[in-house]
Amino acid sequence: MLTEAFLAALLYGAVTAAVPLLLAGLGEQMSEKAGVLNIGIEGMMIAGAFAGFFVAYHSGSLWAGFGGGILAGMAVALVMALLCVGLGLNQIVIGIGLTLGFEGLTALMHHFLFSRTYPRLPAAEALAIPLLDRIPVLGGALFNHPPVVYLAVLAVPGMAFLYRRTQLGLNLQAAGDRPAALDVAGVDVTATRFAAVLTTGAFAGLGGAYLACVGAGIFVPFVTNGAGFMGIVLAMLARGRPVWVLAGAMLFGICLALTTAAQVAGVNLPTDVIQMLPFLAVMVMLVLFGRRASLPAALGIPYERGAR
Amino acid sequence: MNTDARADGAGATGQGAVAAAALGALRAGLMAAVPILLALLLAGLLLMAFGKDPLAYYGYVVRRGLLSPSGLEQTLTRMAPLLLIAAGLIVAFRAGIWNLGIDGQFMLGALAAAASGPALSGVIPGWAVLTVAAGLGALAAMAWSVLPALLRAFQGVNEIITTLMMSFLGLSLANALVKLVFRDPATTVPQTRTLPVDERLPRLFETTVSSGLVIGLVAVVAVHLMMTRTAFGLRLRIVGAGPRAAVHAGLDLPWLTVAVFALSAALAGLAGAVDVLGVYGNIRADWNPGFGLVVIPVVFLARLNGFAAIGFVFLFSMLSIGGESAARRLGVPTVFTLVLVAIVLIVLAVAEWLDQRARARRA
Repeated sequence: MLTEAFLAALLYGAVTAAVPLLLAGLGEQMSEKAGVLNIGIEGMMIAGAFAGFFVAYHSGSLWAGFGGGILAGMAVALVMALLCVGLGLNQIVIGIGLTLGFEGLTALMHHFLFSRTYPRLPAAEALAIPLLDRIPVLGGALFNHPPVVYLAVLAVPGMAFLYRRTQLGLNLQAAGDRPAALDVAGVDVTATRFAAVLTTGAFAGLGGAYLACVGAGIFVPFVTNGAGFMGIVLAMLARGRPVWVLAGAMLFGICLALTTAAQVAGVNLPTDVIQMLPFLAVMVMLVLFGRRASLPAALGIPYERGAR
Repeated sequence: MNTDARADGAGATGQGAVAAAALGALRAGLMAAVPILLALLLAGLLLMAFGKDPLAYYGYVVRRGLLSPSGLEQTLTRMAPLLLIAAGLIVAFRAGIWNLGIDGQFMLGALAAAASGPALSGVIPGWAVLTVAAGLGALAAMAWSVLPALLRAFQGVNEIITTLMMSFLGLSLANALVKLVFRDPATTVPQTRTLPVDERLPRLFETTVSSGLVIGLVAVVAVHLMMTRTAFGLRLRIVGAGPRAAVHAGLDLPWLTVAVFALSAALAGLAGAVDVLGVYGNIRADWNPGFGLVVIPVVFLARLNGFAAIGFVFLFSMLSIGGESAARRLGVPTVFTLVLVAIVLIVLAVAEWLDQRARARRA
């Protein structure tokens, strides 16, 4: 079974499955750095998935779909930001509400707009990277993907640069660790957190749109199936480093790809057993490294000026 | 969310106290009614946007879930698992622990009951079958909460994410076990063996209402009294007030945390067991009612008060039963109830914020 072709297919599938998790993880990481525990990310992803699919289906353009997904994710994030950052409402309660609400709303919209049909989008065109794609096994698996995949991976060094080298990145982290200090330094904590949550929405929405348009090619209700929550785990375990989000996303991606591979190979097990694999991986990671997860000091606490 | 609605009149005496208590009750009533009405309105607008008549929908839901005798009986029966889940959530939330893994715990509880009930039927007396099956349901769910509990208690790993992950795992595991291990060989559709109707939980009086309702009512009242009237409940509430408060009070924080998880999950597992033993008699593959997260808004509406929870569970149960009929008749899918519940949760949070701000202004 461990032929070169199989390995290449597995790795290719792992990248495809990892991209939404990577985007969700990077987005959640930014929120958490700024002090907002974003449980609503699952709702942002499903909104992005539906909007992305809907736009791509009607416009025929994948890029338009991604744009639609980003906007939808940001729209959900705007609600979260208004309620949790603006009014300081409980982030967990609102997060659950947004996740439930948008899972329901997208299922409802799918029902009324598509009834029981599940139209399929054409396969996304891949962009082979010259020379690199000739590397045996790895080339085809890693360097022959739709362009958006490379963009998602490039976001990793981009985010690392943002956090390490820019004033904005420092402000973001201060908003999560010691918001009062940021306030004293004359930077608006609320605005900083607002920007962070909206960025999370954009990332999560793009991740959802990718999941529906490229990963699955169709939209079915509840299609994200916990991908947003996995993004939260990635952000928790990455200790603020974007590159660890990438590593974790690839690990979970391999697990997800194994589930597909096992089904294609005709392994005689119900899909339920195979579907447990990525979640098992998450739990193993949490058991092994959960203790070392480091979270910002003011995570989950609304900032109130002058409060002690 | 604040749970000290009654603290308002604490300082007043005599007639003033009565008036203050009446005012407090009025405010609590308003604080619950306004979000519900506003949510019904917003969700109604959504229905209109999809070209459905909201008045016709709500009217149909009330007629089917409340006014028709068989519908009312179904509504009361549906309350049983919901009340048990509400009890489990009240324990956890009052102790400041976010058990969001109810769905998985519920399914494993249901599976344990569905696997053991029919197997024991005829071997031991009927009442013992029900007791053992329900007990195993509670135990199975408890076992499923051990890992998140230990991670939270001894490693400080956030339980929101671990319980959610365990929930996904539990749902898949329960499904896999239905198909692989506990499958009834006599049926073509994968499902567990069925507990005969006359061996299930007895029905109440001359109705079709399952006596699970009584179990649910007892559980939610017992939990309420435990949390408000006993020393153990007080300890749990101190844990809920914050880990530093608990350590300062000399409490064994890790083990109290584990106890909260165990109790909360046991109630969720019992909910699944009662649903199987009282209503369905078996589990079909891929069955998952998804009660776990939707009960959260219900217990917040009730301000984590057990008695108030009974009323709101009744309301939600009616919406849920009526909504299932409406899905068949009016073509509005049952996920609409999910949207409605989410709107309630968000509107409620905003209403509380407005209420607190108004109070702060007056003070």
